[in-house]
Amino acid sequence: MIKAILIFNNHGKPRLSKFYEHYNEDTEQQIIRETFHLVSKRDENVCNFLEGGMLIGGSDYKLIYRHYATLYFVFCVDSSESELGILDLIQVFVETLDKCFENVCELDLIFHVDKVHHILAEMVMGGMVLETNMNEIITQVDTQNKMEKSELFSFQSTRQDR
Amino acid sequence: MSDVMEKTLTALPSLLSLDSQPGSAKLSANSKLGNLIRGITELTSKHEEEKLIQRELSSIKEQVSSPNTTMRQMKELMVRTIYCEMLGYEASFSYIHAIKLAQQGNVLEKRVGYLAVSLFLNESHELLLLLVNTVLKDLQSTNLIEVCMALTVVSQMFPKDMIPAILPLVEEKLSHSKEIIRRKAVLALYKFYLIAPNQVQHIHNKFRKALCDKDPGVMSASLHIYLQLIQENPEGYKDLTMSFVTILKQVVMGKLPMDFNYHCVPAPWLQIHLLRILSLLGKNDQSMSEIMYEILDESLQRAEMNHNITYAILYECVKCIYTIHPKPDLLEKAAKCIGSFVLSPRINLKYLGLKALTYVVQQDPKLVLQHQMTIIECLDHPDLIIKRETLELLFRITNAQNVTVIVEKMLDFLQVSEDNHTTIDLVGKVAELAEKYAPDNEWFIETMNTVFSVGGDVMQPDIPNSFLKLLLEGFDSVEEDKKLRLFAVNSYVSLLQGEPSRLPQRFLQVICWVLGEYAHLNEDVEPDAVLRLLAKLLDMKSSTSETKSWVLIAMTKLCSGGAAFSVAHEVSETYGSSMDTMLRQRAQELQHLSQDSALQSRVFPRSGSQEPVEVDSSLSFLDGFVSEALAAGAAPYKPPHQRQEEMSRSKVLSLEPYGLSLPISMSSCSVTDRQSPTLLSMSSSLSGDSAELSHKASSTTLKLDGVTRVWGREGYLVQREPVQEAAQVEAPSPLRSPRQQGDEDSPHSQTPTPTPTPESEQEKQQLASSLFVGLASPSSVSLMGKSEQTSQRFRRKARIQDKPPTSGEQINNLPPGGAADLLLDSNVSSELVSSLEQTHRNSLDLTANGACDAELPDGDVKEIKTPLSTDDSVLAAGLSPHEGPDRPKDLCLTSYLPAELSGLSHSEITLLCTNQSLDLSACHVQKEDCVELVVFIKNSSDSAAHQLQMQISCEEIEVSCVCDSPVEELKSHSVTVCQYFLTVKRPSVCFDLVGMVYYQLAAGSLQTAQFLYKLPLTSFIRPLAVSTEEYGTMWLAFSHDTKQNLPLMKDEREPLTATLNLLKTKLQLHVVEIIGEEGIVACCLRPDQQCLLHCRMHAGMLAAWLRSPVPDLPDSLLYHCQRALQER
Repeated sequence: MIKAILIFNNHGKPRLSKFYEHYNEDTEQQIIRETFHLVSKRDENVCNFLEGGMLIGGSDYKLIYRHYATLYFVFCVDSSESELGILDLIQVFVETLDKCFENVCELDLIFHVDKVHHILAEMVMGGMVLETNMNEIITQVDTQNKMEKSELFSFQSTRQDR
Repeated sequence: MSDVMEKTLTALPSLLSLDSQPGSAKLSANSKLGNLIRGITELTSKHEEEKLIQRELSSIKEQVSSPNTTMRQMKELMVRTIYCEMLGYEASFSYIHAIKLAQQGNVLEKRVGYLAVSLFLNESHELLLLLVNTVLKDLQSTNLIEVCMALTVVSQMFPKDMIPAILPLVEEKLSHSKEIIRRKAVLALYKFYLIAPNQVQHIHNKFRKALCDKDPGVMSASLHIYLQLIQENPEGYKDLTMSFVTILKQVVMGKLPMDFNYHCVPAPWLQIHLLRILSLLGKNDQSMSEIMYEILDESLQRAEMNHNITYAILYECVKCIYTIHPKPDLLEKAAKCIGSFVLSPRINLKYLGLKALTYVVQQDPKLVLQHQMTIIECLDHPDLIIKRETLELLFRITNAQNVTVIVEKMLDFLQVSEDNHTTIDLVGKVAELAEKYAPDNEWFIETMNTVFSVGGDVMQPDIPNSFLKLLLEGFDSVEEDKKLRLFAVNSYVSLLQGEPSRLPQRFLQVICWVLGEYAHLNEDVEPDAVLRLLAKLLDMKSSTSETKSWVLIAMTKLCSGGAAFSVAHEVSETYGSSMDTMLRQRAQELQHLSQDSALQSRVFPRSGSQEPVEVDSSLSFLDGFVSEALAAGAAPYKPPHQRQEEMSRSKVLSLEPYGLSLPISMSSCSVTDRQSPTLLSMSSSLSGDSAELSHKASSTTLKLDGVTRVWGREGYLVQREPVQEAAQVEAPSPLRSPRQQGDEDSPHSQTPTPTPTPESEQEKQQLASSLFVGLASPSSVSLMGKSEQTSQRFRRKARIQDKPPTSGEQINNLPPGGAADLLLDSNVSSELVSSLEQTHRNSLDLTANGACDAELPDGDVKEIKTPLSTDDSVLAAGLSPHEGPDRPKDLCLTSYLPAELSGLSHSEITLLCTNQSLDLSACHVQKEDCVELVVFIKNSSDSAAHQLQMQISCEEIEVSCVCDSPVEELKSHSVTVCQYFLTVKRPSVCFDLVGMVYYQLAAGSLQTAQFLYKLPLTSFIRPLAVSTEEYGTMWLAFSHDTKQNLPLMKDEREPLTATLNLLKTKLQLHVVEIIGEEGIVACCLRPDQQCLLHCRMHAGMLAAWLRSPVPDLPDSLLYHCQRALQER
């Protein structure tokens, strides 16, 4: 099971946080801070796995992270997930974001928090990996986006009518 | 692709300035969210941010509550709120609006609404109930996107109690024409299974259908469920092994559509899942493993080393090969794979290689020898995580010969590690190793000193406790004990002479206790010198009041001499008027005892610590006080259960919230009562012992540790069989000294690092030979466990009591001679373990038969072959290892049933375990208010058994002794009986009682016997006679409920009455009333643990609705109802 997915930037500012297990508000913030603290200390050429901190549940939990330019993508998982498998899943996620936003950057994540969440929901559902195929994820997101466009269009046309 | 990605992201900082924003981001930069974010980026301090966000939130609050806000605007507001919440600012006012948005918006607004709900709320949030209707509506929608959204939110969080409401709809989606819907439905159902397993029992067949789905996506989603189910019960799914192997074969051969490929690897995540499932199925099962060999071999070959993801598959393959029944040539290939992982320059692979080595080291220590040089390089790796993993590996291979080196490495690591979590874990491991393998006293004490000073106040509290216990109980010889204690005393005296203010509190407490107890062993040190050192601790600012009271106790023990008197007097003067009552108490004790040396020596007998002291557990010395109080008009004492009954009888106000506290206090009574015979509580002679109580409370937490350790041994033993076989199959390699082997292996092990200079190389070689010593010896190759035991130095007495010597006032009354050979005779213990193992397996088989037949697709529910009768004894009977020959024994045991129980019906007496000396049998008697467990201990040997002690424990059940006097002696071929009251603490479908019997044979060695007794919930169920009106009021008051449709006895003339009567006879329920198509039924476990059942005939089923004040009770009872009705 994936317990949490966190994205924050090099300064520890959260850009996306999704918890699949319930923690209270304060603990969530502490987890983000603690995770950032753990992850940011690490050099570039060390392994991408970390043992979970105290808050998230101790040694049964792993933090698996990747660092892209200004952003850290961290997945917190339990022992039922494969470490390397999750590492590639992060890659798939980032590639998908890149496709959806056409050269994704930190700002895209900031201004389109909701869209990022929707993309993520097509990949991971309730802590379980739902889809690992990038094209499939994009198809799903696209069908939803198409609706958005058509709706935008209809909205505008009604305005013109008035 | 990823390269392109990296480049764009590297270019990002320049894009961050908001003015030159191209593309999509620019558009939204002008929006309100854009303004907010721009505002935030311009801020300089956290405080300003707070102010800004609060302002933003209050403006949002205003807008969302205004009636003019359209859903469209609401959507925009929600996105802003999500952003604020992500930054950690609470916006609870918006939750209800998020739900409203999900309810009323169009598809896109709904999507944001659902998103906000899933981010803001959790499954226990009360507002979530408002979402149920929306979810219901959307599940029935014709718009696929709406259905998808509903399924997503349901799998993120859904109130447990409401699952029955939407379950049929989600189930229906399993046969939806769109694969994405089917897939999401499968995952949603899996989530339901995790929260409430009982409620999805009936759809296991459908899971099988999902596994056979024509769409690979749906199939792979169903693997989540199967991984979980098989983990819980591998026996029940053996028939699926072939299917999983076939699926994996098709995947590996590339039969899936190209879409499923990832970097040219066919469906890697699917493969990983399948391999995990296979390893669970093949564990300890030769026939299943044989089915897998071929495909595992194929996977190993197909996974060409070209991409990360293939390594992930390889790693799973290797783990699987080492988990299932071993096959030599596969093991060889797997070992090669591990080798390439460990030697890889890629650090992630190295990490996994080390993990794999750690995993296989118990089966194949030779593999570690091959890679010893790499391991040593990893010890100096700059990455702490790699180091940490290496230490974990070394921990597994520690033996008496290499313990000093390994512990030194661990302590080195502890000095640099800043992470609390790692410190706690490692400190525990060091303490464990030190206790097990310490080469000598000095080393042991010094290592423990480091453990205490590094671990400080974060370490597990059982470390100091078990250390003190070890000092107290001693081990092999009296002389050795004395030396160890003396060394400890000397070491602590010199520590206190240094800078004690730097030492952690826990360590100071340990020091105080040791000095108090054993300072007299060192005749060179004057007691008043020690006293002065201790007094110094009292003056330190950093000392907590807990530490201070430890200091005072230690001083009380020491202050016998005349010279010490003045120090003691001074101290007691100061603290006699302390604001802290506990300190004042201690100071008073110190003052009085220091003046009265006769009393002092009676309270703290120095040499008499080994003598058993009689304890009056009936507290008869209080009789006078009691009769006086009664004469003065006090109410007579009533036992808790009686009190409770009366309370529930005269129930005017609802007393439920308080109801629970009574059984808890009862349990704490019984705990201390049970311990009193062996652990003599001297403190009872001192008045008002509040400190003692608090220590006891903290000590209860320790017990868990002791228990797990006992079980841990078996977990280890289970793996032995395949290991030995593996060792036999493999050609035994000629024995070489590790040094030689190291020489040979070094050439290819150094590839990843620059060649070290010859000197450092030699150092490493030396380190290697000291680290891996003992690994190559034949005994340790075959089985490391055995060599461990023989070399263990500080042999612990079997944990009769896990109670630590809290403040030193409790002394074990085991005679010192008994300590001579405390380690269990390995024959006996392994036999015990294996018999226990067998009973485990038997019980598994049994439950597997009962529970899983129903899930087979072809298995008709009516044709269950092993019906479990309502008589619970069948369950227990299944546990008996050899049933036939023991029958006659059972019969004669009946005569030993206590007289007061003979009138009541009891379950069949079953043999639980036998060894050379003892036969343990048990049965249970259902009494009016509780269940009584009767254990028969028969001494079948020719010598008498002494000091018989029994411990029974179960997490969900409160066990209290009927009469607690340890049997002093059990003559040969005689029988003794122990009785226990059992009451349910936490309801569960079935309870496992784990029991331990400790005894000594004439030879003097302490022996143990273990057994497991299974009791289903049904034996605790009692009818609850209530009237319909009472039922009505109770129904409204109870908060935990569950609903499910049960089969109805349709063929009867009055199906409802017949069904309820069946439940009545099988489960002892009370049928309150039947009106038309509805019936109400009531039962209870204890007077305060009621459960009400409301049944209605509906569409040929029995719609059952259970309610209770106790969590889990409705679910567990429902399970038994379902069972009873299926079996009829």
